[in-house]
Amino acid sequence: MHQEDHVSDGLMHDDFQDQTHFTLKGYLAGFALAAVLTIIPFWLVLGHVISNAVVAASLIVAFAVAQILVHTFAFLHVNARAQHGWTLVAYVFTGVLLLITIGGSLWIMDHLNLNMMPGMSGDMSDRGM
Amino acid sequence: MENDSVAAGVQPVFYQTADEGPAHAGGGTLLGFWIYLMSDALIFATLFATFGVLSTSFAGGPQPRDLFDLRLVGFNTAVLLVSALTCGLAMIAMQQGRLGALRFWLIVTALLGMTFVGVELSEFAHMISEGATPQRSGYLSAFFTLVSTHGLHVTFGVIWIACMLVQLGQRGLQADNRRRLLCLSMFWHFLDVVWIGVFTFVYLLGAL
Repeated sequence: MHQEDHVSDGLMHDDFQDQTHFTLKGYLAGFALAAVLTIIPFWLVLGHVISNAVVAASLIVAFAVAQILVHTFAFLHVNARAQHGWTLVAYVFTGVLLLITIGGSLWIMDHLNLNMMPGMSGDMSDRGM
Repeated sequence: MENDSVAAGVQPVFYQTADEGPAHAGGGTLLGFWIYLMSDALIFATLFATFGVLSTSFAGGPQPRDLFDLRLVGFNTAVLLVSALTCGLAMIAMQQGRLGALRFWLIVTALLGMTFVGVELSEFAHMISEGATPQRSGYLSAFFTLVSTHGLHVTFGVIWIACMLVQLGQRGLQADNRRRLLCLSMFWHFLDVVWIGVFTFVYLLGAL
């Protein structure tokens, strides 16, 4: 019984070491990068830096994607080694489902709007972001 | 051979290979919790998709430009980002076995989480007092559903931190509590990732 406890403790320890090695440097670097990637898009909007809305929106989304990746690697510690790679596999798979769900919904509903409400289609595009 | 050792009263010895690790002890829990977080991400994906579809359905009601104070959103974003750092500092303290430091950073993280929820609730109260209620337009329904689902997650994160403080007080830093704290840390950082989507797509793109 005692031996079994010892074995399970050892595995806990190995797992702990293997999948999450926290360093102050890693967290501070992640925090600094995330802060910069947050401040720039807020500055773009609050300061009305870019007049072209499409360019501004694309830039802001690009900063968001970059910051999500920073959080993923610096804070959530996703890497190819953790849990024999299953953490990364689940993450990438979820990313694909996320893009299909959000992209697919926007694409289909936009077409439905155009087809179902001919009178409102001009109105809708005028009010687009 | 086998009979000999049994007869001699020798305890059977089991050798576990590395492949068995995740199915045992904390490994399975951590991977399972990660899968839960990914399924939670899909819930948020559907809420973001709904918000995206309804993002221009104002029904003649208030629009993002009239509703939001971006400085307040910026403040809340900073609060949540700093709480991610303090959560990380708590994990480092746990790794080093410093119980006092771990408790301190957990409390700071919880206070930051409560600040975030408090500011968000006051923002909601302000909006509702101006007539921007969830039933006013499709846009506002989607807004309140998405943002308050995130806020609810943060609230439960704070409750979880409180539970962990009690458990740390009762049992100290043993294996079970370490595993729970690792899950808590993942949960908290995951909420910060969702918030990146919220402040980008709801607030910043809405204000453009």
